[in-house]
Amino acid sequence: MTAYLIRRVITSIVVLIGVSIVIFFLLHTIYPSPAQDVLGAKATNAAVNAWNKANGFDRPWILQYLSYIGNALHGNLGYSYKLNQSVAALFRERWARSFYLSGMSLLLSVLLAIPLGIYQAVRRNSLSDNAMTTVAFILYAMPVFFLALILIQAFALSLHIFSYEASQSTSVWAVMADWHAMTLPIATLTLISVAGYSRYMRSSAMDALAQDYIKAARAKGLPERLVLFRHLVRNACLPMVTLIGLSIPVLLAGNLITEQVFNYQGLGLLFYNSLGNVDYDVLIAYTLIGATLVIVGNLVADIALTVADPRIRLA
Amino acid sequence: MTNIASPVLSPLGGARAPEGGEAGPIQSGWRLAMREFTSNRLAVLGSAILVFFLVFCFIGPIFYHGQTVNTNLQATNLPPGAGHLLGTTSEGFDELALLMRGGQASLEVAFLAAVFGIVLGSIWGAVAGLVGGVVDSVMMRIVDVFLSIPILFVVLIIAVRYGPSVLSLGLIIGGYYWLVPARLVRGEVLTLRTRDFVSAARIAGVRPWRLIGRHLIPNAVGVMIVNVTFNVADAILLVAALGYLGFGLQYPTQDWGDMLSNGIGYMQDGYWWLVYPVGACIVLVVMACNLIGDALRDSFDVRLRRR
Repeated sequence: MTAYLIRRVITSIVVLIGVSIVIFFLLHTIYPSPAQDVLGAKATNAAVNAWNKANGFDRPWILQYLSYIGNALHGNLGYSYKLNQSVAALFRERWARSFYLSGMSLLLSVLLAIPLGIYQAVRRNSLSDNAMTTVAFILYAMPVFFLALILIQAFALSLHIFSYEASQSTSVWAVMADWHAMTLPIATLTLISVAGYSRYMRSSAMDALAQDYIKAARAKGLPERLVLFRHLVRNACLPMVTLIGLSIPVLLAGNLITEQVFNYQGLGLLFYNSLGNVDYDVLIAYTLIGATLVIVGNLVADIALTVADPRIRLA
Repeated sequence: MTNIASPVLSPLGGARAPEGGEAGPIQSGWRLAMREFTSNRLAVLGSAILVFFLVFCFIGPIFYHGQTVNTNLQATNLPPGAGHLLGTTSEGFDELALLMRGGQASLEVAFLAAVFGIVLGSIWGAVAGLVGGVVDSVMMRIVDVFLSIPILFVVLIIAVRYGPSVLSLGLIIGGYYWLVPARLVRGEVLTLRTRDFVSAARIAGVRPWRLIGRHLIPNAVGVMIVNVTFNVADAILLVAALGYLGFGLQYPTQDWGDMLSNGIGYMQDGYWWLVYPVGACIVLVVMACNLIGDALRDSFDVRLRRR
């Protein structure tokens, strides 16, 4: 098992290096230098060239990449010329808010999807199963912003229960306490994820229900409740671990759109605003962090699965 | 396409029946899969919805004319009624005609992306699986690298710099959608590689490209079609998200995402016809593709058959 884990970690590091090269190259090709944006549209060519030379943007991209990575490893992610702040400081200020939004909705959607999926698998093809499947299919097909809009229209503008804007508080503790403002953003992301997860959970539970150990548990006269809780749940949840690891890109994308809709001052909104005014260092840093999260997520899911499922350790 | 005798789709014909099942006559895998598909009511529903929208978007404009290019300030934000069956937008465009035009753009981008992705992906996967060894590892690590980059971020960055058209957007999104098919096809090829008919072809001196084109890819077609349907659904949602964030197609081409995001601005004024019809279009088409994809996967999946 140790050999497997070591190999898996090394692969992840190789992929991570590849990702950083690709992202850096891509951005470098699209925006060779932020000089024009920093100095203004009226800057002369000479001024732009001088600025490029002074800040090292005239070097070959591979050298720029190496110095960028060197800095990044020391915690320096570059400088936002638009916001006049270091990117690391911007991220430190905002990451907790994004983490709360994504983490909370991920947690809620898993907690909802597992019982829903098992219930649907047990009551397969019943009226309630079909109704839930229909709702899941509709939610799954819905653009995130459209769902957010419908929720805002219903719960904020018509019923006045929740706020149409997320909490603007700078302290994450105040944000957490402000359920009036945070319910709709969290509900949006949760509903979108629950739709996918519960479908998956349903088929995973159906597979597990057909296994011999369930038959054995029933045959020895175990009450159905214990069959489900002791034997089915744990086995049916195993594939969910991989699924959650794989769903991080979707979560990041959903996070970006939700933060934009509800004007929530997190990393996604920062990225969105940086797109409009081409804040080079923010774009590259957040894309890199997103990719790192995806790789780490997959790695953690694989390791968790190895720990949870002894059968994999043999392979 | 019906003459492709496929060992993956019909495991030794129907001769080796699964436990407890009865042995049926030997049938072509495609016919079996088709029968399985058409007996699935949801799949038929999904296909019907998709066909309806294809007709609506591509043939509808021949019969229903409405202004979608020139603004008409005398007819802005009209509610649905005679003359404008679904009302008009703030520019005086006819909403129903715009729905057809927008649907064309959304569907074209999505299909272009999915087809481009599947072609590139299946060639990549087949070569990696067939050659094997170091080449395979390197090619698959490249796939891993690209899969780790969140697509929305990259598409947004590219779209901001180069105002996207149907073609460029389709290719950019397709440039991401080849990754999963590459993995799937490689997996299929790895299992097919050891089959007797592949060995026979190799012994007969078939060249690698012909082996891929004539023997390996046709046998992985089931997996590929399923992937295409899911990718079309994904791409429609992605294009809509781009449109909403303001980095979608440029006027005079509009897609459903642009329309929905324009309509949202008028939500407070009660102009529901600018929001819900186009929202319903997106949801229905994506749902139809997902239904078809699910059903196709079940009908191609030999293990699930006759359960």
